Amino acid sequence: MSIILYSIATLGTLGVIYGLGLAFASKKFHVDIDPKIEQINEILPGVNCGACGYPGCSGYAEAVVRHGAEINKCAPGGDEVIANIAKIIGMEATSADKKIAVTHCQSGGTNNTFFRYKYHGISTCKAAVLVSSGPNLCNYGCVFQNDCIAACQFDAIHLDENGMRIVDKNNCTGCGACVIACPRNLIELVSIKKRVHVLCTSHDKGAVSRKVCGNKTACIACSLCVKKCPVEAIEMQDNVAVIIYDKCINCGQCTDVCPTSAIFDPLKEVRAKKKAEAKAKAEAINKQPEEQKPTETLEDTK
Amino acid sequence: MELLAKIFAMAIAAIFVQNFVLMRFLGLCPYIGVSKKLDSALGMGMAVIFVMTMASTFTWLIQTYLLVPLKIEFLQTIAFILTIASLVQLVEMIIQKTAPALYKALGVFLPLITTNCAVLGVAILNINEEYTFIFAILNGLFAGLGFTLVLILMAGIRERLERAELPRTMRGMPIAMVVAGCMALAFLGFSGLKF
Repeated sequence: MSIILYSIATLGTLGVIYGLGLAFASKKFHVDIDPKIEQINEILPGVNCGACGYPGCSGYAEAVVRHGAEINKCAPGGDEVIANIAKIIGMEATSADKKIAVTHCQSGGTNNTFFRYKYHGISTCKAAVLVSSGPNLCNYGCVFQNDCIAACQFDAIHLDENGMRIVDKNNCTGCGACVIACPRNLIELVSIKKRVHVLCTSHDKGAVSRKVCGNKTACIACSLCVKKCPVEAIEMQDNVAVIIYDKCINCGQCTDVCPTSAIFDPLKEVRAKKKAEAKAKAEAINKQPEEQKPTETLEDTK
Repeated sequence: MELLAKIFAMAIAAIFVQNFVLMRFLGLCPYIGVSKKLDSALGMGMAVIFVMTMASTFTWLIQTYLLVPLKIEFLQTIAFILTIASLVQLVEMIIQKTAPALYKALGVFLPLITTNCAVLGVAILNINEEYTFIFAILNGLFAGLGFTLVLILMAGIRERLERAELPRTMRGMPIAMVVAGCMALAFLGFSGLKF
């Protein structure tokens, strides 16, 4: 019995003495930390993903306050966090150049892939690509074992009816987990403002890639897009067209000339509609110039 | 004179012959983790010397005047860890106040001295070897010195390795492991040394 009491008393006393000692020391060696750092640290998501380029959320908070780092680096936090940081350090919110994942392959479903053999192994992409260059004929394409979907913490990658991977741009935070997960390096983080993408990474010669692509949308390295691009934003790199996103102006002209629709432009229909409207308008103006003029003058007099 | 000889023998034993890292294999985590830069290795070494010496002092006192008379020696581990943890906290505060750059460089390894088994190792070894008070303190000091010596040697080697042209697969951690093994082999040469 006495041993129990002694144990409790001893450890309790030791704890109290150490505690008091540390409390005294913390007063004596108190370091003034900018309260802003703590405030920012609190509003950051706390996932320590490292997307900002600093060691963890607290590192970023310190960098913002002490070294004037840009406040729009937090990818998972999004605009809300930027606005909050801006409020704390009294700066105007600059919207982040949000990046989302883009999958550079339009094949990779069960319906639109040509197979070399049927893969029955462990269902991860990393394992599948190791078995004689992967189950699908294209050596560069998606092997659809869904490593990217498993890697995504934010439920941002889904399958469409063809089994293709679609990135949900609302859910995607640009954390880059899928980029690391993909053994074929098909996924890239691209600014959300850039809409036109080359959805092929095949370095095969044109004839080969045309043959092996199950979706018939391989880049055949014809260089038409390179010639068409008004701002020289497309380069042929080892038999595949690569868009240099810094230069791209989203004009979509490359999409029009691409013979295999390897270049994807989600705005194509919108553009076509706008073009048609503009054309109709122009024709209307050309047809009835006399009727147009009086109405304008009427408006002016009002 | 005999005392001095004894102390000298002890220093040689603790620093070289029974080096904590390379012969007893204690404290390997900071040995690999903080040995990338000479500056931070030196800082870490100093912090460990301080913690080890202080820990040896306090744990010896606690063991002799508290645990043994009350016959509660089974609390040795927990009481020692409590002491070490508090000391590390103290060191952390002092370093943060006096050397913020060092505090940053050491990062997570500073609070991790708490779980550095070399510190608990020296405290328990002092008791097991039945050292007197003075010798316990000196043993702690020498053990810390041995740890620092190895850490600095390792950091020096690794700083040079940064510039060496290594095969890609060997860069970073693999070569550090090989170097650690080579150093342990070299220190094996001290094992016959006796006074």
